[in-house]
Amino acid sequence: MRSTSALLYLSGVTVSFDGFKALNNLSLLIEPGEMRAIIGPNGAGKTTMMDVVTGKTRPDSGEVVFDGRADLTKLDEANIATLGIGRKFQKPTVFENHTVRDNLLLALAGLRKWHRLLLAQPTKSEGQRLAEILSIIRMEEQQHMLGARLSHGQKQWLEIGMLLAQDPKLLLVDEPVAGMTDVETETTAQVLREINKTHSVVVVEHDMSFVRALGVKVTVLHEGSMLAEGTLDQVSADQRVVEVYLGR
Amino acid sequence: MLSLRPFAILLSALATMLASGLIAATAFAADLPTLVGSLTTGSFGDRETAITAMAASGEQRAAPILEALAAGQLYVRKSDNLVLIGKPDGNQLSLTEAISGKAAGSGTEADLDRVRVNNRLRGIIEAAIGSLTLMSPDPRVRRGAAEALFKRRDASSLAALDVALAAEKDPRIKQSMNEARAASVLASDAPAAQKIEAIALVRARADRDSLGVLQAVASSATDPEVKAAAAAGADAVRQTLAAWEVAQNIWYGISLGSVLLLAAIGLAITFGTMGVINMAHGEMVMLGAYTTFVVQEIIRTSAPHLFDVSLLIALPLAFVVAGGIGILIERGIIRFLYGRPLDTLLATWGLSLVLQQAVRSIFGSSNREVGAPSWMSGAFQVGQINVTYGRLWIVVFSMIVFVTLILVLRKTPLGLYMRAVTQNRPMASAMGIRTPRVDALTFGLGSGIAGLAGVALSQIDNVSPNLGQGYIIDSFMVVVFGGVGNLFGTLIGALTLGVVNKFLEPYAGAVLGKILVLVFIILFIQRRPRGLFALKGRSVE
Amino acid sequence: MITRFLLQGMDRNLRLFVLLVLAVGVTLPLLNQIVPPGSPFHVPAWLLQLIGKYLSFALLALAVDLVWGFCGILSLGHGAFFALGGYCMGMYLMRQIGSRGVYGNPLLPDFMVFLNYKELPWFWYGFDNFGFAMLMAILVPSLLAFALGWFAFRSRVTGVYLSIITQAMTFALMLAFFRNDMGLGGNNGMTDFKEILGFSVQADSTRAVLCFASAFMLALGLVVSAAIVGSRFGKALTAVRDAESRMRFLGYRVEGYKLFVFVFSAAMAGIAGALYVPQVGIINPSEFSPANSIEAVLWVAVGGRGTLIGPVIGAFIVNFGKTWLTGALPEFWLFALGALFIVVTLLLPKGVVGLWAQIKNRSLAKKARAPV
Repeated sequence: MRSTSALLYLSGVTVSFDGFKALNNLSLLIEPGEMRAIIGPNGAGKTTMMDVVTGKTRPDSGEVVFDGRADLTKLDEANIATLGIGRKFQKPTVFENHTVRDNLLLALAGLRKWHRLLLAQPTKSEGQRLAEILSIIRMEEQQHMLGARLSHGQKQWLEIGMLLAQDPKLLLVDEPVAGMTDVETETTAQVLREINKTHSVVVVEHDMSFVRALGVKVTVLHEGSMLAEGTLDQVSADQRVVEVYLGR
Repeated sequence: MLSLRPFAILLSALATMLASGLIAATAFAADLPTLVGSLTTGSFGDRETAITAMAASGEQRAAPILEALAAGQLYVRKSDNLVLIGKPDGNQLSLTEAISGKAAGSGTEADLDRVRVNNRLRGIIEAAIGSLTLMSPDPRVRRGAAEALFKRRDASSLAALDVALAAEKDPRIKQSMNEARAASVLASDAPAAQKIEAIALVRARADRDSLGVLQAVASSATDPEVKAAAAAGADAVRQTLAAWEVAQNIWYGISLGSVLLLAAIGLAITFGTMGVINMAHGEMVMLGAYTTFVVQEIIRTSAPHLFDVSLLIALPLAFVVAGGIGILIERGIIRFLYGRPLDTLLATWGLSLVLQQAVRSIFGSSNREVGAPSWMSGAFQVGQINVTYGRLWIVVFSMIVFVTLILVLRKTPLGLYMRAVTQNRPMASAMGIRTPRVDALTFGLGSGIAGLAGVALSQIDNVSPNLGQGYIIDSFMVVVFGGVGNLFGTLIGALTLGVVNKFLEPYAGAVLGKILVLVFIILFIQRRPRGLFALKGRSVE
Repeated sequence: MITRFLLQGMDRNLRLFVLLVLAVGVTLPLLNQIVPPGSPFHVPAWLLQLIGKYLSFALLALAVDLVWGFCGILSLGHGAFFALGGYCMGMYLMRQIGSRGVYGNPLLPDFMVFLNYKELPWFWYGFDNFGFAMLMAILVPSLLAFALGWFAFRSRVTGVYLSIITQAMTFALMLAFFRNDMGLGGNNGMTDFKEILGFSVQADSTRAVLCFASAFMLALGLVVSAAIVGSRFGKALTAVRDAESRMRFLGYRVEGYKLFVFVFSAAMAGIAGALYVPQVGIINPSEFSPANSIEAVLWVAVGGRGTLIGPVIGAFIVNFGKTWLTGALPEFWLFALGALFIVVTLLLPKGVVGLWAQIKNRSLAKKARAPV
């Protein structure tokens, strides 16, 4: 394991499922405070890459280092989350039988051990933090509503609120604008840029207009490896990228 | 050739008597009636002489008389001094004339004198019968006699064996006789060189009886060379026997494994490919077994000559009955519970209770008799392995079912649809496959195979309403152990568990062995939650 | 602190329900002891025994619900924890027989004399002490649950797989306890108990006390379970039930949550078993049969999973039905039981409590719609 100034460092990561290589010698560097967009056709390995970083999938080979010291290939999901990596899934997943407030409470950084939670009482600072987040995601009105009764958009917002509550150093966001209207997409881009002021962010997305709106460095994945990296204009001009996206 | 035999036997008798030092010149030319007469009248010494002479006479008629004598069934009638064989028949004895074999009515012990024997005589009688039967015209009797003499290993039978060997033409019987001779040599005071030669012969036989012979020699021989050769031979035989025992256990294991495979393979379809957990699967097996019972009942009453094909008739019927009920279950209950596996488990458990009680109400709770057709009864030997036809057919049948199922899945449209629906339901549906119908047929197929299993299991298990319950946990263990969704995994899983179970049994006993296997699988699933041959990939979650 | 913990999960309905359980546990024994036989208010001893048995079943149902209804672990092996608790109590009661057994051996229970045991097996030591036996009735099931859960939850065995494993566990235990060389009575189990803490197990007064003890332990179980479910731990627990991997990505070590509630629930089942045995007077290996465990799951399903009142109500309804039907129409009982499994899962996934809430909501809605 080598030490690095990068926040997230992937080197030579390979994952295969029954002979099919979902990731093939993938290398990637995310600097602290950076926002990165990752694009690529279906099956390029975007989601698998996130699975590897969050500990859901173990790579067959390669290094995954977080914050210059933690070897993520040795840790499980809970450990990695506690280190400060948050993940937002493509399909919004909130706890349906919990209220909005309880959803945020569960996500709130801090208590995670079962025996501490048995006797935990609500504290003032937690209350303040929850109030702050509720106001950011504009859900004070719905804070006692069950997760199951929220609309699709409300769920997306709640999930962003949960990520804020978790306060991770690095945020992995999987297709945040899938199924959103143009206005919603624009708002989401704004929110992500806002979040990026205090957190590093990796966004996986198909939607090119959204990626353009983010205006950040882009990595193109193809067949499990990195195909190109640079600004959106640079990679769009790359002949290989055009081939992959448009076919030969 | 046969006509020469009496002559040869005379010679052998001479040799026998010389060897045992019992020469009774008067007995030489004596015919059977005279000998039988002296058998009943003289002292124990005279009787011994007579018995030996009877053996020497080669008279096949002498054998039953000697047998009756040994069994204490030879009598002399008080009224006319006729020698009779009396077989118990109720309170009476049914009598036959000893020499002519003609029926002589019946009588009670009061009218008869029993010809008495002592233990020494019994031994001599047995040897005499042995040498008499060695010359029997029936080759099976000759072989049996040789085997019996091998086990007796008595030096006194040596002479009779030599004579019989000279006359014997059948190489297999000759081999048996040679072995018996070797065993007898080892019991005699023959020179060491001969004994060592005999040891080699006995050692080559390599079965439980030869081990007994060699062990006895190893502990009793005085000559150190003979002793060492016997001990080495015993070790070698022991090793061979251990190898045979392993082979026998593997066979038992395969046999048990094929039963597990039959029970589990239907489950591998419903649970493995559909993800439906059917706790009533065992009851589908039970229904198959009861179908067999009903078929046999009908055949017994209306067409007894069809009994030998009753199982072949029962097979398609069991498939249709269990498969049909399976489709009803899928349409009536399970389809409302897709995506709720734990609820499916509970509902199908309830269903299994209903089916059990229904069968109990109709057929009663006691075991029902399902007969075996003639081609499934009996057994044969492969080396030291005992194979029953019933078990053999079940192994064959389970393999046929397995291969057929693989072919159905790979080569038929139903198989294609099934695979399509399991892999990607929305896509299959979009391509015009009627997924609900495929679900019903898949479940019906799995249940129908359970019904087939029931036909086979009716041959080895009690056909009772609880039949299925005994298999359900085992079946799940097999499917999970082998890897869910992988039919070859189920095959390997079933055979492995069967063999492991049979190897544990001698050390741990049947119950503890089963417990150990369960504990092993529980631990195994913790290590590899997806089984031996797990499907890997992102879709598995 | 402890009281605050214990009261945090109690809402008004539950408080009333706990009081009701306690009231039953006090009133029935008193009506048996104080009101003379012959009075219409006299409660006969058999009824006390029956209610006491139902109460211990209700505690078992509560234990099953805690793992299934609140954590999504469908255990098909809770009957094993129940039976283990029962065996601990049985061992205590066997040792209390002393020299009054058929063979009159002061140390060895009858079945050991019969099986030619020369001395007491090591694991029987200490069971002459009531406190030790009760501790074991809690510890033995807890340890088994801990061992199984520790392995299973760490390797992420979930859903149906876990159910099958727990079923295999109780099946293996049943086979084991049927063996005579286990030293625990073989297939006859243990029976012919004489005394508990010096009081005759047959006496009405003992039955009265046992009935009260069952009600008390059930009430206590309800209060503690409510506290656990109502705490922030409880929120995390139901979140694990609904979206386990989401909890992992939030940084929760899910295994710890499952393990705690599984062990706690096993201990509760053990206590229920220990209460059950002196009231029915026998414990044998058939208590381990997989059918028993799954029947306990049905009580929960009938009453309403994921509620605390539901399992108690379910245990009473199903067992009352069983007592009545096996007496009146024995052939029909298994049909009824089987049908109940199907009907509840298909039509009443929230059980009786859910149905009641639905009816109440509907009538409220009707009232709201009605012109004032």
